[in-house]
Amino acid sequence: MIWNKEAECMSREQLRELQGKRLRNVVENVYKNTPFYRRKMDEIGVKPEDINSIDDITKLPFTTKTDLRDNYPFGLCAVPMKDIVRVHASSGTTGKPTVVGYTRNDLEAWADCLARSFTAYGATKNDFFHISYGYGLFTGGLGAHYGAEKIGASVIPMSSGNTDKQILLMHDFGSSVLCCTPSYALFIADKIKESGYPRNEFKLKIGAFGAEPWTEQMRTELQEKLGIKAYDIYGLSEIAGPGVGFECENQNGTHLNEDHYFPEIINPVTFEPMKEGETGELVFTHLTKEGMPLLRYRTKDLTALHFDKCSCGRTLVRMDRILGRSDDMMIIRGVNVFPSQIESVILKMDEFAPQYKIFVDRINNLDIMEVWVEVREEYFTDELSKMLAMKKKLSSAIHSVLGIAVDIKLVEPNSIERSEGKAKRVFDKRIFK
Amino acid sequence: MLIKQLSVFLENQTGRINQVTDILGRYNINMTAFSVAEGSEFGILRLIVPNPEVAKEVLKENGFMSTITDVICLITPNSPGALAKALNLLAEEGVFIQYMYAFSAGETANVVIKPNNLERCASILHEHRFDVLKQDGGYQI
Repeated sequence: MIWNKEAECMSREQLRELQGKRLRNVVENVYKNTPFYRRKMDEIGVKPEDINSIDDITKLPFTTKTDLRDNYPFGLCAVPMKDIVRVHASSGTTGKPTVVGYTRNDLEAWADCLARSFTAYGATKNDFFHISYGYGLFTGGLGAHYGAEKIGASVIPMSSGNTDKQILLMHDFGSSVLCCTPSYALFIADKIKESGYPRNEFKLKIGAFGAEPWTEQMRTELQEKLGIKAYDIYGLSEIAGPGVGFECENQNGTHLNEDHYFPEIINPVTFEPMKEGETGELVFTHLTKEGMPLLRYRTKDLTALHFDKCSCGRTLVRMDRILGRSDDMMIIRGVNVFPSQIESVILKMDEFAPQYKIFVDRINNLDIMEVWVEVREEYFTDELSKMLAMKKKLSSAIHSVLGIAVDIKLVEPNSIERSEGKAKRVFDKRIFK
Repeated sequence: MLIKQLSVFLENQTGRINQVTDILGRYNINMTAFSVAEGSEFGILRLIVPNPEVAKEVLKENGFMSTITDVICLITPNSPGALAKALNLLAEEGVFIQYMYAFSAGETANVVIKPNNLERCASILHEHRFDVLKQDGGYQI
C-alpha cells in the first residue's frame, strides 16, 4: 500500500521540477535568515538567483557536523524561536550534542514520511504499534510515535528498557508492529523465549528497525525468532529522524523521501558528484524544512542510489544498504576500498576469527594491501598445503569483491586487539605529498 | 605403531621458536625430535614430546595454537641404504609421504614420517619387520 501516492509515485520529471522549485525557496530562505549560509554563499559568490533547477544544487556549499557544533545550539535556525515547536538532539559522543529545531510544518512533513514508511510495510490503522525506540531527545521514539498516530494505528509508547514489561504488554495488548533498533529487537526476541509465553500467543507481524547499521543475516535471524517481516527504516536526526527512507515490500533498497530530503552521492575526496549506482558519500539537502534547513549536509554514510522505477510503483530513488563511513575509505590503486567490504568477507568464512588488520603501503609506486587474520584453532592443521589453501581462499574472495589483489597474512590466535568500541583496523603507511 | 606429533603455528618472527622451547623447558617437557615447515610468513613447528596433550595445554595457556597429528617413527640401522630400503618399499606399495624428518645417533636412525595413509604405511612396515617407535614408553628415543 502507498500512503501518499502523489508524492511517492509522481513522474521523475515532475519530481525534479518540484525539487528545483523547493530548492530555490529554501536557498532564498537561508540566504535571508541564516547568517552562516549567507556568509558561506557570499564566500563562493553564489546568490539565490543562481538556483534555477535541482541541477544547480552542485553550486551550493556543503554543511558538516562541525558546522552544527560551531553554531550550537540554535545558530542554524532560520525562523524565530517562537516558531520552533520541538527540539531534538543527538547523543554527541564527542563534546556537545548536535541540536535540531522543528516548526509545526516540519513535524507534519516528518510524520507524513513515517506514515509512508509504515504503510509501505503493510501497517494500517488496525495495527498496534509497540514503540521501543527511546522517547526523549533521541528522534526515534517521538518520530515513530507521530507517524503511527498519523496512520491511525493504536500506539503503545513503551520507550526502551524494562524488557520484561515490554514482553508482558506485547503479549497482553497484542502488539503487531515493533519499532526499535535491530539489536534491541534481538534482545527482546531472546527474552520472549525465556519468558515462557508460547510464541503463537504473540501477534507481531512487522518490525520497523533502524537507527544503527544491520545486516541481512540479522534480518533473517529477527524474522525467524520473532515470526515477523523485518523492514529497514533509515534516518538521521540532522535531517529529520527515522523515516528519511524506508523499504517497500520488495526490499531491494531503501526508498528516500526525496521530495523533502534531497539526496546526492559525492566522491568524499574530490566532492565531485558520482554517477547512478556508484558508491560514495550520501549528502542531503532539506527542500521543505523551515526550522533548521541544511544545504548539502554530508552524512559520511557511504552508499549508492538507483533511480529506476521500483516494481512497487514508487518512483522515489532507492538507496543501497549503508556500506560504511566515508572517513574509512581508502583509495588503493585507484579503487575505492572500504574496510567493511573486507570485514564482510572475513565474517562469512568460519576459518577465521572476526578480528583483522589492514596494512596499506606504497612500494615502487605501487599500492599494496596486506590483510592480517587469525586462523581459528579448530581449523589449524599440520599440513602446510591446507593452510596455504585457506589463505588463497580468503585472498580470492576479497579479490572478487574489491577487484584488486591483496596479500593475506595468517597470524597467531588472539594476537589482534579485541575491542568493544572502535578498534583501529586500518594502518595506512603511504605518504602523500 | 602410531605416535602423536604436536604441530605448533608460528608467525615468522625472530625469537618465536625460543619462546616455545622456553615454555616447554619451564614445564620440564623434553623434546625428542623437532622440525620446522616454513611458509612465507608463518611456519609450522613439529615436535615429538613425551606427553603431547600436556604440551598442547601449556602452549595454549601461553597463546600458542597447536594441533596433534598421528605420525609414524621408523627406526632403522644407522647404515648406508637402510632408509632407502624402507622408502622404496613404501613407494612400491603406493604410499605417498607428505613430509618427514630424521636424526641419527649411535647405532640407529629415527625417521618421523607423515604418509598419506597412516594405517597402510604402518602395516607395510610391520609386515616387513621394520622397527617403529611404540606409543607406550613415553617416546623416549
